[in-house]
Amino acid sequence: MIEDDSWKLTVRTDALRLRARMIRAIRRFFQDQDFLEIETPLRIPAPAPESHIDAVAAGAWFLHTSPELCMKRLLAAGYSRIFQICKCFRAGERGDRHLPEFTMLEWYRAGADYRTLMDDCEALINTVAREIGLDGVVSWQGRRIGLNAPWERISVRDAFARYATISAAEALRTDRFDEVLACEVEPHLGMEIPVFLYDYPVEQGALARVKEADPGIAERFELYIAGLELANAFSELIDAGEQRRRFEEASRDRQRKGSAVYPMPERFLQALPRMSPSAGIALGVDRLVMLLADKSRIDDVVAFTPESL
Amino acid sequence: MYTASDLRKGLRIKIENDPYIVTEFNFVKPGKGQALYRCKLKNMVNGNQFERTFRSVDVFEAADLQEKRMQYLYKEEGKFCFMDNESYEQIFLSEDQVGEAKNFLLDNIEAEILLFEDRPLGISLPNFIDVIVTKADPWAKGDSVSGNTKPVTVQTGYQLQVPPFIEEGEKIRIDTRSGEYLTRVKG
Repeated sequence: MIEDDSWKLTVRTDALRLRARMIRAIRRFFQDQDFLEIETPLRIPAPAPESHIDAVAAGAWFLHTSPELCMKRLLAAGYSRIFQICKCFRAGERGDRHLPEFTMLEWYRAGADYRTLMDDCEALINTVAREIGLDGVVSWQGRRIGLNAPWERISVRDAFARYATISAAEALRTDRFDEVLACEVEPHLGMEIPVFLYDYPVEQGALARVKEADPGIAERFELYIAGLELANAFSELIDAGEQRRRFEEASRDRQRKGSAVYPMPERFLQALPRMSPSAGIALGVDRLVMLLADKSRIDDVVAFTPESL
Repeated sequence: MYTASDLRKGLRIKIENDPYIVTEFNFVKPGKGQALYRCKLKNMVNGNQFERTFRSVDVFEAADLQEKRMQYLYKEEGKFCFMDNESYEQIFLSEDQVGEAKNFLLDNIEAEILLFEDRPLGISLPNFIDVIVTKADPWAKGDSVSGNTKPVTVQTGYQLQVPPFIEEGEKIRIDTRSGEYLTRVKG
């Protein structure tokens, strides 16, 4: 028997209206700052090889897992402020906060580093929140979180020291970094004000620039609000040789695990040396709607889930 | 054999010769990190619970359990009595063994009784049951697009959220696995 669940569409009306208003506000925010809205192909021949991100095959090509590579080719060609709102596809990702097809906002700035993107996040999310009638405070699942800037900034090393049972270095050494981060650290992040978790171990930032003062650290941050991971940002790696080495390492890792190995994104690597120092960020739009609509499950902020099709 | 991506609430797996059921499940994946499958597992024999986080490379054996079709008769002193319709043999299950299914135990309903080496462990009900709404607030007409559900009570005493147009005395269909409202049943 196929269940008639059309009532679920009816009870989502409020969240879907809010979502539409938020997307309108996001577009206006970037247009007002002279960012150019871009559309890049969803179907590409070579997704970025990353250890833990699986692409969905589409014929001999793949659905993109993020528009990152094409966006950076535009940066390299001289487009200095660009943004995109698009669907991304990641195989096997399904949970209360994951959909295998989800909506991503990405923006890139030439001549900036990840600190500028932190300022962008503060301005963007405050603008969107105001647009839907929230004034400096958001309530999510019974918690009140203040949105007024500046937000908290804590390094990965300090966050592990404060919240986890072992240090970040120890977690890496024992291959428990992701587990400790997800289970012990993340639940504490952004519970009173939003927090930027920054400066990741270099092996956790495949496309990020290494910090000049510390070659073990990548200039990457993640934004958390109410324990929800909302955005991932880098000062972009523009050393094509280093980028190729990291892609090859990720491909070897994928092969070891028995995951599909993707073709090397040669055109991206070719363009990379022309890219000026830049910074880029990907923000999960569905998660932002979850936050501002006070919904605990991603299912509640989209019209359809894969299970309802 | 199961892999971690098969894990979901209700899956039964074997760990060190005991059958376990996944009672809570969440998929988590920090940033660009690896997928983690956080489970709460319950030992189906002794009820002991523990939490464990699995990774995509983990594999599991299925728990080899028998199921027998039986009819629910009555509840007495916290025990639920079921009868095998072929042998007329009666068995008793504790409240723990019946679990969430107690919300949906209509008189004479047929259930699958789960057995591990002839000992009853739990029950599973038909996926869908039709029940009468015994208590509901009236519907404010024209409120169909308000984005809200409302709570009602059904004949088994179970409470759940339904669309606002459902009225007292109506029959509704419930998914016994999720406990969620599915649809209104006519007649």
